[in-house]
Amino acid sequence: MLLKIKFSQQRRVHLAQGLWLLSWMAVMWGVIIFCLGVYLKTELLRRAEVMDNTEIHVVPNILMMVGLASIGTNWVASRACQDSLDATRFPRWKVFLLAWFAVAAVLCCLLIAVVVLSYALQGSLEESLKVGLRNGIRFYKDTDVPGRCFQKETIDRLQMEFRCCGNSNFKDWFEVQWVNNRYLDFTSKDVKDRIRSNVDGRYLLDGVPFSCCNPASPRPCLQLQLTDNSAHYNYEYQSEELNLYSRGCRQALTDYFMELMNSTGPGVLSVVLIQLSVCLSLRYLQTAVEGAMALEDPEGDSEGYLLEKGVKETIEDLKANALKMLKFGQVDPNAAEGSSEAADAEKAEKTASPTPAS
Amino acid sequence: MAVLRLRFTKTKRDKLAQVLWILNWISVVTGVILFSLGLFLKVEINKRGELMAERDIQYVPNMLIAVGIIACAINFLGGKICYDCVDTTKFLRWKLIMLPYIICTFFFTFCVLVGALMCYSMHGELEESLNLGLAEAIRFYKDTDTPGRCFLKRTVDMLHIEFQCCGNNGYKDWFQIQWISNRYLDMSKKEVADRLRSNVEGKYLIDGVPFSCCNINSPRPCIQQQITNNSAHFNYEHQTEELNLWMKGCRQALLEYYTHIMQSIGLTVLITWLFELSVLTGVRYLQTSLENVLRQGDLDSESDGWLLENSFMETARTNLNIIKSLGKSNQIDTQPKA
Repeated sequence: MLLKIKFSQQRRVHLAQGLWLLSWMAVMWGVIIFCLGVYLKTELLRRAEVMDNTEIHVVPNILMMVGLASIGTNWVASRACQDSLDATRFPRWKVFLLAWFAVAAVLCCLLIAVVVLSYALQGSLEESLKVGLRNGIRFYKDTDVPGRCFQKETIDRLQMEFRCCGNSNFKDWFEVQWVNNRYLDFTSKDVKDRIRSNVDGRYLLDGVPFSCCNPASPRPCLQLQLTDNSAHYNYEYQSEELNLYSRGCRQALTDYFMELMNSTGPGVLSVVLIQLSVCLSLRYLQTAVEGAMALEDPEGDSEGYLLEKGVKETIEDLKANALKMLKFGQVDPNAAEGSSEAADAEKAEKTASPTPAS
Repeated sequence: MAVLRLRFTKTKRDKLAQVLWILNWISVVTGVILFSLGLFLKVEINKRGELMAERDIQYVPNMLIAVGIIACAINFLGGKICYDCVDTTKFLRWKLIMLPYIICTFFFTFCVLVGALMCYSMHGELEESLNLGLAEAIRFYKDTDTPGRCFLKRTVDMLHIEFQCCGNNGYKDWFQIQWISNRYLDMSKKEVADRLRSNVEGKYLIDGVPFSCCNINSPRPCIQQQITNNSAHFNYEHQTEELNLWMKGCRQALLEYYTHIMQSIGLTVLITWLFELSVLTGVRYLQTSLENVLRQGDLDSESDGWLLENSFMETARTNLNIIKSLGKSNQIDTQPKA
């Protein structure tokens, strides 16, 4: 027996009561995990326009699923507790509890997987943001194209809210035409020169949209002719740090989401601990109550254990059971031959030895 | 002729006491809510303290905080009294305190009502304060090198972005003040020198606004400079362009925000006042019915409860006489003793 503990009737009652409270606490934690998953999902959906793929959504999806499953399993555990002290109702839980332990183990594994995934998917998130932001910046000017007309507003809001500019930094805006042709005066010499000097005929300038401006700058914002030191008084492009947001939006968003997911880490790990303790307590309760029911005096002392035999033996037993179940469908050729031989031997015996009656 | 007389059996009295006990505890919770509403309003006003001129508007949240704390204390005491009223022997302890308690609570409910009305009356003072405060803030926008005002630029920019507004009454307020510091003006340039000379006070005024006035819903990249000059920008008409900048003035935006908060708070306080009044009425009935029971002698019998023993006019007259006689107690009686 593994980790035996002796249980008197009173200890069993205390264990059942304590486990009932613990399982309701675990239900509450399950609700919290579900809400965390919902919150994370809504945050990801809010920024879905600047993300290219939805791979990262697997983290909140698993959290929500596990939250719901944990509510269900721990509610079942509390019902099992309530029935455990009633000798007539407890026996029907026997098969259920085996399934319950399997489900609880799966839940714990999933929770640990979530924590691992939230770190592992960082690269995928960055890639997705890189592509999404690049498209957003490219289509910034297309406020007249249906389906893309809100891209400008989205990017402006994003830059102001997260205090960032461009994809990697503000220079991304120099490589894209972000002023729509509708607002360009094609009769003006300056515009014509710029367009002709560009291979693709795009109107590129060394300027950024207003949403890149940093309100903390002591100077009114300089948006246009950023690389031209002589265009602005007392201005040096290389040493100017406060004028625009220096961080790139990809970095800003990645940091934000990583922080969000890391902050759910402690909550998830504590749920794992609670679930494990519910598991162990329920196993002790089950074995103790079953032991008590098998005794002549149901109110007497019984033993509770984790495993009936040692770890190795239990694994061997499980393997044998599993193989037996697998073999159940197959016809055993040896057994058939053996049985026919036995039948022949029986017949020979019968004919050889006369019946006692005759 | 008692005012609103009701008959109370023993069970009705006990039930009344229990119900009032619970209601008093609910009132403690509403007192806490009042306190936190006052605290919330105080924090909100202090957050924008830089944009408000010195005006006496702190009295509203202070009043709410004080009322909340006193409501908690009074209702806590009321709960204790009602709990003890179920047992008539314990009631004797409180017998003498109950009437003063009821009178105090009655005057206190007036304070709650005044608090509610103050929330609605703050509007005018707040508008004045915001008007002056915003005008000052816009004037000192450029003074990012003056200690004490160096964060005003950031505050005003964040205000524009957060409340989606521009200037005090509108964006044209920015045309009337110099919002670019002289440190960033090239005085050697002809254009700058011309502008400075053309202004009486030597201020550098332009028909442009800071970047924070830009409207993010505009389909066009923001036009901040030369706003009134139609020829400076392609396909642009200053009079019909509405989406380029935020059209609302910040005074109106902030006023709407605070009015909304205060109307919600005012409504909550009014509901609390009605609740307090009903609890007070219940306590009064409990007190009078218990006193009548004690007067009758039989603790299990029925008794009457009322709001006032005599009619309203008579009670007022009696009280006035009591007050008059209190005043006369120091005077020497001029009537000669027979």
